[in-house]
Amino acid sequence: MSNKEQQNIALEVTNLSIGYSTKKEQNVISKDINFALQQGELTAIVGINGIGKSTLLRTLGTLQPKLSGEIHINNISIERYKLVELASKISMVLTEPIATKNLTVFEVIALGRQPYTNWIGTLTESDKKKITEAISLVQLEELQHKKCYELSDGQLQKVMIARSLSQDTSIILLDEPTSHLDLYHKATILKLLKNIAHKTQKTILFTTHEIEVALQLCDKILILEKQNSNFGTPQKLIESNKFDTLFPKDTIVFDAANGSFKII
Amino acid sequence: MSLLLILCFGISISFGSVNIPFSDTFNAIFGGEIQKESWSYIIKNYRIPKALTAILAGSGLALSGLLMQTLFRNPLAGPFVLGISSGASLGAAILIMGSSTLSGIVTFGIVNDVTLAIASSTGSFLVLLAVMIVATKVKDTMALLIIGLMFGSITAAIVSVLSYFTAAEQLQQYVYWSFGSVGNLTWKQLALLGSIICFGIILSIISIKSLNAFLLGENYARSLGVNIKKQRFIIILATGLLAGGITAFAGPIAFIGLAVPHLTRQIFDTTNHKIIIPAVVLYGAILMLVCDTIAQLPSSIYVLPINAITSIIGAPVVIWLLARKKKMIF
Repeated sequence: MSNKEQQNIALEVTNLSIGYSTKKEQNVISKDINFALQQGELTAIVGINGIGKSTLLRTLGTLQPKLSGEIHINNISIERYKLVELASKISMVLTEPIATKNLTVFEVIALGRQPYTNWIGTLTESDKKKITEAISLVQLEELQHKKCYELSDGQLQKVMIARSLSQDTSIILLDEPTSHLDLYHKATILKLLKNIAHKTQKTILFTTHEIEVALQLCDKILILEKQNSNFGTPQKLIESNKFDTLFPKDTIVFDAANGSFKII
Repeated sequence: MSLLLILCFGISISFGSVNIPFSDTFNAIFGGEIQKESWSYIIKNYRIPKALTAILAGSGLALSGLLMQTLFRNPLAGPFVLGISSGASLGAAILIMGSSTLSGIVTFGIVNDVTLAIASSTGSFLVLLAVMIVATKVKDTMALLIIGLMFGSITAAIVSVLSYFTAAEQLQQYVYWSFGSVGNLTWKQLALLGSIICFGIILSIISIKSLNAFLLGENYARSLGVNIKKQRFIIILATGLLAGGITAFAGPIAFIGLAVPHLTRQIFDTTNHKIIIPAVVLYGAILMLVCDTIAQLPSSIYVLPINAITSIIGAPVVIWLLARKKKMIF
């Protein structure tokens, strides 16, 4: 790794173990996770169901505690950040629906400014500018005064992405942003994310089941396994045959030549 | 809306069992000449405290309902759902009926307003304390809601066991308390209730920002930098103070807490707490004054139980909302 790359690391994970712990025992879902994300990169987390893709994302977003290992943001350990400081570093788009859909698109996006507003949440001119920027980046201008219950799933997903953009963080974590969407909308959302990552130099990390789409669009991919997960560019991962063992071989095989899976 | 509140306040103190002309009511408030000394006494020591109690009870219950609905992300949440009101009822029941059952051992036959208020606030705070202890252990707000309902069932069961063994006289006293009444409060009690409500409102105002974040759900709120545990504690404390305090002094009053936030959202078409909190406080006060004026049955000597009036007005409102919007959104 060159010196310049070292400087631009936004998020670094070393020897991370994720899972759930109770008083009696630790239930480790995945361990020995190692990767480092550069600024302005779009990265996908792939892996079979139940391997802990969402758990990893929730752990990185401190929605649940890690079991062991280190997470560094801008070379500072994640534990050393206060809640509000962290909210200005990491924003999230979760799979759970928002609690009330009786909010307008603008209101939802404006809530992303909370880490920066005063005690009662007044929006300043600069807050409003950030919100307008986020809206135009995701092209929601025409929908901004609609209520969320009037929107389709794809539109709602865009609103949540715009909300994370208005939170103005260097890192955005998205949990399955393309599930429940058709192929066209999947591609639209992922191209949008790639565009945002490259244009605004944000580090974007998302989980997905669409490995074939991810292979075409992402800068890096993390293949999550029970242990010793693989991380790298799609090209390198294909070359070193890392996708061959992702699914049981008697059902699905990987075709390295055109980067797709075949059912047998 | 403030004008409407003042108007309702005026109407409320103008009507009562004794007919007093409007001009004299006006004079009594602003220190002018009045025809009869007794009229002045009625207005100053009965009607004004009663109207003020109605305002405090209405705004406090409505606000606690709003806090519950946002915190539990549930449009059907209200002070009754958490079991706070049932806790207060249990306190009152044990004092009124328990004292007669245990009269062989303990002989305190004096069940007056003050001891009743103390007993019911103790009851509501005990339930609140139990709910708060559970809240720190259980992360799921749905589970908390069910626990609240279970507390309600337990207290209802104890109340019915007690009433089975109670003499008719005490039973009647408890039943009267459970009708709810905003009358009969002295200025001292009113000051106490007022300060409890004010404290609850202040706690709600400092939570406005977090309440808005809660509209997205707890995980999103956390990712926005909200300290979930602390804020939850503050909001539950505010609700407990508002609902517990009011139930203690005015008896259980149904539906205001549930219906007013929904009605207010219909009018203002927003869920932003910066607007909705003051609106709910005003609207709750107005609705309670109207209910109280109706309960008074102007010019007659009868006073209807206020709990019945709020239910008669509140229940159809909730049904109408459900029917019109198909799904209640908050």
